[in-house]
Amino acid sequence: MIVNEDTKQQQVKSMNSYLAPLVRDIPPSGIRKFFDLANGSKDIITLGVGEPDFTTPWHVREACVYSLERGVTAYTSNAGMIELREAISQYLHDSFEVGYDPQNQIIVTVGGSEAIDLALRALVAPGDEILIPEPCYVSYSPITSIGGGVPVGIETYAKDDFKLTAEALEAQITPKSKILILCYPSNPTGATMTYEDWLPIAKVVEKHDLIVISDEIYAELTYNDTHVSFASIPGMMDRTILVSGFSKAFAMTGWRMGYVCAHPDIIAAMLKIHQYTVMCAPVMGQVAALEALKNGMEEKNRMVESYNQRRRLIVQGFHDIGLECHEPQGAFYAFPSIASTGLSSEAFAQRLLLEAKVAAVPGTAFGATGEGFLRCSYATSVAQLTEALDRMGTFLHKLKQES
Amino acid sequence: MKELTELKLKVLDLLNEDARRSPLLLSTLIGVDEEAVKEAIAELEADHVIVKYAAVVNWSKIEEETVTALIEVQITPERGRGFEGIAERIYLYPQVKSVYLMSGAYDLLVEVEGRNLREVANFVSEKLSPIDSVLSTKTNFILKKYKQDGIIFEDREEDNRLMVSP
Ligand SMILES: Cc1ncc(COP(=O)(O)O)c(C=O)c1O
Repeated sequence: MIVNEDTKQQQVKSMNSYLAPLVRDIPPSGIRKFFDLANGSKDIITLGVGEPDFTTPWHVREACVYSLERGVTAYTSNAGMIELREAISQYLHDSFEVGYDPQNQIIVTVGGSEAIDLALRALVAPGDEILIPEPCYVSYSPITSIGGGVPVGIETYAKDDFKLTAEALEAQITPKSKILILCYPSNPTGATMTYEDWLPIAKVVEKHDLIVISDEIYAELTYNDTHVSFASIPGMMDRTILVSGFSKAFAMTGWRMGYVCAHPDIIAAMLKIHQYTVMCAPVMGQVAALEALKNGMEEKNRMVESYNQRRRLIVQGFHDIGLECHEPQGAFYAFPSIASTGLSSEAFAQRLLLEAKVAAVPGTAFGATGEGFLRCSYATSVAQLTEALDRMGTFLHKLKQES
Repeated sequence: MKELTELKLKVLDLLNEDARRSPLLLSTLIGVDEEAVKEAIAELEADHVIVKYAAVVNWSKIEEETVTALIEVQITPERGRGFEGIAERIYLYPQVKSVYLMSGAYDLLVEVEGRNLREVANFVSEKLSPIDSVLSTKTNFILKKYKQDGIIFEDREEDNRLMVSP
């Protein structure tokens, strides 16, 4: 690597003072740290991965290869190929009973990540308070802050299976409250919300005139019930910005394909940002996503069944080694309590990694309320899971003997 | 044909992936109790739905060379017995690994294994062709096995996910 003298000099004298304060003040990611610790080590079993362990089904990859051979390499319309938007609209209607007009209510985005960014950028004005149930996915709070908004955490508890309650929500509402971000099935807790769970939440949303960003990227990974989209709750359609994508359900993380659906006025605003920042989502990914929706449901169901099997295995495994764990109903994460060990999440995760060679993410990476918990992804093979549980059992035994 | 219960289908799927899984593990994965799984397996075995638990072996990894041929066989069916009798006369040879009745241009597809080309050729000329009702044979030697029974022998796809991600 060539490092010119100038850069060397500048690295010594910190450049931080040039950074926008809002960006400079974003705290470092709790995940990054464990990534650095775990990376490069060979004999580690990782339960730290937030993505499917399946490779994208071959028919999807093949459709993309074929489109490249035919020379499909140009920009698409800003909102994405109309065929894909139509397929998304149909799919959402068939699967979750929500109706969006492909002409003006859907944008194909660079992952659900861009969709979240667009929604927050379109809505957040300085000083607005954004309500975020915690523990939660890592991007909501930093993006809120970049827009000058104020993230306001709402605690959820293991005793409620980490479901959001109307009381907890109501308690954090002020005249400045503007947006509620929902993520069910939840990363990191695996919590889901039923129709009955949603009704009181919808009442509070209505009463306080909130807008909802509903990140439903794990919708398909719902195990005992079927997923209930917040947009399908009576009266919530216009208030809801639905974020989803192909990463989790269709094992397509690296393709960076997501989408956002909302009221035409809100979509028009998001489209302004989208067209100036990314122009359109990559066409190769769009072709693949269309193939996944057209012909990928059987494989998707097979993958969901496989996660469900491993979900049972890890929950049973945690009980067997004496870790308390509520039953996660969605996504591919279990969120056991490690409080009984007396260690902090961070210390536990660090020692687990160094001493037992199992990587997992401390609950605190998902907000302060994650203290006492550990996020364990079960998107890994049955053999690896079994071995990881063994190692964790031995490690817990060792901890007990120490004290 | 037997109608299989949902439980039995799940058991078969999971055993097909890995036949060494214990009833306890299967019961956890499926979410039923262990006794139910044991019962399902016992019935599947008794009904010969599960015929055998065998390893899938990539013989080409081992020094000992063998050759395998897929032989297309045309036959005239026997009065009253159709293809059954002839199929049996063929499949009872230990060097015959599989026999399928086919639709299309030929009747039986016979997989034969031998230590070398000559051995297989001898089997065809001395055992298979002389059977009265065999009209013709066409021998195709297998050069390489890429995938068998849904299992890829040398899977080149690796897990290249990051160790820890959000
Ligand atoms: C809750 C949640 N939302 C959004 C994303 C972003 O997914 P992508 O940008 O791949 O669609 C993730 C990824 O881990 C997630 O867990």
